[in-house]
Amino acid sequence: MTRFLPDEFRIPAIGAGVIVLAALLPLFDDGFYLAMAVNIVLYAALCTAWALFSGPTHYISLATAAFFGLGTYAVALGNELLPFPLLVALGAAIAAVLAGFVGAATLRISGVYFVIFTLGLAELVRQIVSWAQVKWSTRMGLYVFTDFTEAHIYWMLLALTAAVFLTGWLINRSRLGFAMQIIGNDEAVARHCGIDTARLKIILFMISGAFIGMAGAIVAPRYLYVAPPSAFNPTISFLVVIMALLGGTRWLWGPLVGVIPFTIVMEFVSANFPNDTSIVIGIVFLVIVYVLPDGVTGRLEQLLARMRRTSTASKAATVKEAA
Amino acid sequence: MEILVTGILLGGTYALIALGLTLQYGVARIMNLATGETLVAACFITFWLFASYQVSPLWGLVLVAPAAFAINWAIYMWLLKPLVDRAKNQGMLEVDSILATFGLLFLFQGLMLRGFGGAYFTYTYLAERFEIFGSPYALNRVVAFLAALLIAAALYLFLYRTRSGTAVRAVAVNPNSSNLVGIDVAATAALAFALGGALTACGGTLLSTFYTFNASMGVVFTLKALIIVIMGGVGDVRGATLAALILGITETAVASLIDPGLMLAATYALFMLVLLFRPQGIFGKQPT
Amino acid sequence: MSAALSVTTVRKSFGGLVAVNDLSFEVERGELYGLIGPNGSGKTTMLNLISGALQPDAGEIKLAGATISGLAAHRIARLGVARTFQLVRVLPSMDAERNVMAGAVFGHRSLWGAELHELARELLALVGLRGREHVPVVAMTYIDQKRVELARAIASDPQVLLLDEWLAGLNPSELAIGIELIERLSRQGRTIIMVEHVMDAIRTLCGRCLVMSSGRLIKEGGVAEVLSDPEVVRAYLGDDDA
Ligand SMILES: Nc1ncnc2c1ncn2[C@@H]1O[C@H](COP(=O)(O)OP(=O)(O)OP(=O)(O)O)[C@@H](O)[C@H]1O
Ligand SMILES: [Mg+2]
Repeated sequence: MTRFLPDEFRIPAIGAGVIVLAALLPLFDDGFYLAMAVNIVLYAALCTAWALFSGPTHYISLATAAFFGLGTYAVALGNELLPFPLLVALGAAIAAVLAGFVGAATLRISGVYFVIFTLGLAELVRQIVSWAQVKWSTRMGLYVFTDFTEAHIYWMLLALTAAVFLTGWLINRSRLGFAMQIIGNDEAVARHCGIDTARLKIILFMISGAFIGMAGAIVAPRYLYVAPPSAFNPTISFLVVIMALLGGTRWLWGPLVGVIPFTIVMEFVSANFPNDTSIVIGIVFLVIVYVLPDGVTGRLEQLLARMRRTSTASKAATVKEAA
Repeated sequence: MEILVTGILLGGTYALIALGLTLQYGVARIMNLATGETLVAACFITFWLFASYQVSPLWGLVLVAPAAFAINWAIYMWLLKPLVDRAKNQGMLEVDSILATFGLLFLFQGLMLRGFGGAYFTYTYLAERFEIFGSPYALNRVVAFLAALLIAAALYLFLYRTRSGTAVRAVAVNPNSSNLVGIDVAATAALAFALGGALTACGGTLLSTFYTFNASMGVVFTLKALIIVIMGGVGDVRGATLAALILGITETAVASLIDPGLMLAATYALFMLVLLFRPQGIFGKQPT
Repeated sequence: MSAALSVTTVRKSFGGLVAVNDLSFEVERGELYGLIGPNGSGKTTMLNLISGALQPDAGEIKLAGATISGLAAHRIARLGVARTFQLVRVLPSMDAERNVMAGAVFGHRSLWGAELHELARELLALVGLRGREHVPVVAMTYIDQKRVELARAIASDPQVLLLDEWLAGLNPSELAIGIELIERLSRQGRTIIMVEHVMDAIRTLCGRCLVMSSGRLIKEGGVAEVLSDPEVVRAYLGDDDA
């Protein structure tokens, strides 16, 4: 993984090709399919960014909605004051700061505290934002007027997804990635190898949070009107966990395998059985735990390994017969 | 003074919920993130019994607690025990139980949304005034507090005066050596989990007499319970009780002095203090 | 010149149990020092204190004259203390080569790229695993896993190497190979502290050793003299009714 084999560039090349193809979509449709594609790309970015941290550490972060909402709010508040790209960067920065804070408070102690802290984080930030808004302004929400069309948002999200993938790919090839892999295997060994485990986890959580904040900033124009309850919707956190784990986090592209079908299914469920989305989410969580503990990609890997074993075994058998 | 009394009255109910969770996490080693849903379910059942059959919430306890015990026991045996058995270490069990109880959380929430919709519910029970130190309080809060006190006392007697109670405490301290002294750890864990569920449900029933509830508020209560448990020290019954009272008072103070919209912020502020100064809990020893 | 490692009245207790009780000793550069004692006498705890896995309640530990007690484990590792574990700990999702590489990137030595692969291959050959670089460690036997773990520890080029019963669980022929390997490391000039129950190995390898019992030092000195001491024999036979 540290050697530069041309083989290793095949996957990024394929990825780049897929992204270029995906970028052509708005030329063919700008209604239902584009809207669905925006959702898919949004969750692809969110889930892959989430898995950057939660994949190697196995810490279930539920902070997604908080980071996302902060990104959205950065745009909503600064829309008339600053250029959009700067606001996206600002959203990333604010989310990263919050991630650093949460990480510093909990990751030095234990993973359980981390989960608990993130569980109510979106709600906490929502309460504080609402309180501040009521105190310093009279309105509950903010209007976001921009010239962006759905296609623009789609392209920006696609670029963000590409950036997340590229970052993940670079991390995997770097010392940081190797360190995270060691931490995921055995944290005590990692420390005795000289790895500052708490610091690296915090850094990675900040990177992951920054991307999630950016995603929130990019989709802000889509909402037109931003109010705390919609911006800090905790369901986003859970959906991200589900999709990423459903796909599997062993590979960078694993979450994508969960995102595409799940977004489509959720679209269908919320259109036809709007009151039963919770039940569907609950069942998928249970399916992940009891049927697909390593996600779809993990299960595929197992099956492949088994097939390879039986095929070598049968080959060995035929060789024996021939002899 | 009023804040203090109101806070303590609220803390009594919190204590039951947190005692339930501390049994489930401290003894059965299951981080039950669906605990808030158990609570909300108990609220709804009590409401339904009261509205449809005029069963008083205090009698409702008699029905709700055994039902919750049975359901939680079944959940432990069928859903969670397999996870305990397959886990190679505590970390894996933690991740698995977190995800599995997330599943239960959404499943229960979805079922309650189906049954009762997303609206807020409340009913009138013992809403008379009751005077303590010359200030008026709602009688239902006082009754709920006293009932919580009784239940907590019963739990205390069970844990410290009976054989199975001693087994529960032993497993909380160290499951491996408990096994050596002839305690059936698996059965004790199931008992603790079921008992914990029953306590949480009692908390829900009592809460419903004075609190406006809806189908999706479970997570906030889960969070409160978790923070109380950590503040008190995992598996520590006295710690959880004290922490519950502290949380009740803090929330009431913040709600009445600053802004009711910042209750959760108050909870988090407490959590931060605990993480910074006593991550091992109020009565906990330094971890080794 | 200061000793490679010096331990001064170090104490560690777990609740009421004093696992290491005011222990002091010094290990010279290039020395192969034995740490022995009956089960539960506090040997592993002592290694945990040196490597920073545990923090001492009192006392001081110095590495080449600089205080390391109180530092986090990763800082101590970077200063040049490496260890193996009593129950072998390899990184299960990786192959042998990456397991060894893990020791040489973040610690006392910081390699990356071709150099790192080169080192890992070299060390695997040294511990007797030539050509097994890409075997997943989970598919390896216990002794081979121990070899991988040892290679990982020396990959950081440590100033002090801590071995916790590295020879335990080996059969007689493996034992001979293991002893030879440790001897070779020692001849390379490494400072090694080895915790061991295999007395033959201590006799063959170590110049000096320290005997612990119930957390206390009961004897320190030349191996032959220490092992024939009546008090040491008594501690091992376990009739210390005191
Ligand atoms: N983390 C810990 N918490 C509590 N007690 C501990 C801990 N680690 C060790 N002990 C206790 O400290 C004492 C010394 O243990 P230690 O593992 O250091 O012994 P040892 O000499 O390495 O024994 P062995 O030869 O069996 O490996 C034992 O009684 C053990 O139970
Ligand atoms: Mg030992």
